[in-house]
Amino acid sequence: MIIQGKVHVLGDSVDTDGMVAGRYLPLSDPKEIAKHIFEDVDPGFVMRVQPGDILVAGKNFGSGSGREHAPLGLIGLGIGCIIAASFSRTFFRMAIDLGLQTVTCPEAAAVAKSGELARVDTTTGVVQIGSRQFQSDPLPEFIRQIVDGGGLSPWVKAELEKRQREARA
Amino acid sequence: MPQTIAEKILRNHSLEEKDEVRPCEFIRARVDLTLLNDVNGPAAFRHFEAMGGAKVSSPDKLALVCDHFAPAPSAAGAQLLSSMRRFAQEKGIENFFDAGKGGIEHTLVPQEGLIGPGDLIAGGDSHTCTAGAFSAFGAGMSWAGMAAIMILDETWFKVPESIRFNVTGKKSGYVTGKDIILQILQKIGVDGALYMSMEFGGPSISTLNIDERQAICNMAVEAGGKTAIIEPDEPTAEWAKQHCKRKYELITADPGAHYAAHYEIDLSRMRPMVAKPPSPGNVVPVEDVAGIHVDQVYMGNCANGTITDLRQIASVLKGRKLAKRTRAVIVPATQKVYLQAISEGLIEHFIEAGAAVSTPTCGACFGGHNGALSDGEVGVATINRNFRGRAGHPGAQVYLCNSYVAAATAVAGEIIDPAKL
Repeated sequence: MIIQGKVHVLGDSVDTDGMVAGRYLPLSDPKEIAKHIFEDVDPGFVMRVQPGDILVAGKNFGSGSGREHAPLGLIGLGIGCIIAASFSRTFFRMAIDLGLQTVTCPEAAAVAKSGELARVDTTTGVVQIGSRQFQSDPLPEFIRQIVDGGGLSPWVKAELEKRQREARA
Repeated sequence: MPQTIAEKILRNHSLEEKDEVRPCEFIRARVDLTLLNDVNGPAAFRHFEAMGGAKVSSPDKLALVCDHFAPAPSAAGAQLLSSMRRFAQEKGIENFFDAGKGGIEHTLVPQEGLIGPGDLIAGGDSHTCTAGAFSAFGAGMSWAGMAAIMILDETWFKVPESIRFNVTGKKSGYVTGKDIILQILQKIGVDGALYMSMEFGGPSISTLNIDERQAICNMAVEAGGKTAIIEPDEPTAEWAKQHCKRKYELITADPGAHYAAHYEIDLSRMRPMVAKPPSPGNVVPVEDVAGIHVDQVYMGNCANGTITDLRQIASVLKGRKLAKRTRAVIVPATQKVYLQAISEGLIEHFIEAGAAVSTPTCGACFGGHNGALSDGEVGVATINRNFRGRAGHPGAQVYLCNSYVAAATAVAGEIIDPAKL
């Protein structure tokens, strides 16, 4: 899959409490959660981003509390992809299972500047920031299928139907 | 090839018959327990519906615990608890714990014998790694993933690399399990164990009781870890014999197993430690922050709400009063712990000292309710996170420490080494 968008640069160890404060945990609609992304730490953020934009972060993106509100809110904002030097593993897994694209590429994360254009090829792992090109490790095919298909939900549905067909046969 | 504890547990749970698994390999596995609370449970139930789930494939392997918004502080929280009750009833989930009938999930499920050594535990909460205190592999996972497990009775795991902590020396004074993990965070940082299994062994592990081991494993996720596992020993075997309802297995690392890194932890040289805001990795010895005025001390949560913690707090508060400009909230982790504390007379000391004591809840730990901080306030807490906004207002600051330091601070009104109280 090819993703292109405008870059917004974030720092190291961006935590999920900062992304969606605990008081919003009762929310579940991505569009509603999206209104509160970075509300306490960067109140202007949601006004600056446009659907399709790409976040470029430092190491350990999504650290802290494992809350689906964080990736869901970013999906609600229409974020096209997150490029980071590294991801917290719970966030990483949640992103995959919800169909949010992630790319681990420390080289690109080190040089990207806000406002630049980025292009990501999730199949080959090639990341372009402006005119500079970087190679990242693409996700394994099995995992790419889950993300590209929109997350675990469609995948489980298909698996369930397959099992039911097999049981009937 | 010799294997680490995490590798052996994952191999034992792999759907495909395997002699060994290797780091970075993806496997399909069956878990022993899926653990959901009132934040991630209702979200997982929505995924369950969206995925076309009708019945839970193994209802006896699911535990539902109301702890975050329990007792409900608001209508929105009450909706989440209702969703838990409805699902438990509709799907026939026996291991459902409502407010007042359980407590904080990570302390509750071992107490109820629902996990045991050698188990593979998947949870919607990031502190599911606390299960490592009981020599189980516990990992916080995605909430959609929880729904998939409920439907398919399987999930995928990426086998983590393992790092080893060899614990030696005799601890003294006011040093606890919490200080061990805080010192590790100081050493390796908040991503020092990213995607790894943190395994603890060595001659001095046996000097730490089961409760202190929970404090250690609980904060593995603060170092980026996927899980933390204490190598089983005599106290583990004794605990398992008393508590476990299912078959369990004491799994140790093979001699010569490959670890990505080895660390030596010498308890004899350890001091009580404090994590300064706004990161659990921002750790210094207590004397470096001594003298800072504190508005509220919060003692409890899934890291440090055990009977051992309450005894430590009582040893400090007994016969003393809280400082005039400092308040305290004490939250036993489970109803059983609460009852035990009452029967030992600990609660009396807390109330006489001037502390608020509450029913088990995660409330203030995530800034939700029951002790949130206001703008400009300084808190000291035995919890596991101090990110900006975590404990209430984003203008509040939180210092993390063990139960002795917290209790002594409540009396002094400022951060203090308990030995100097």
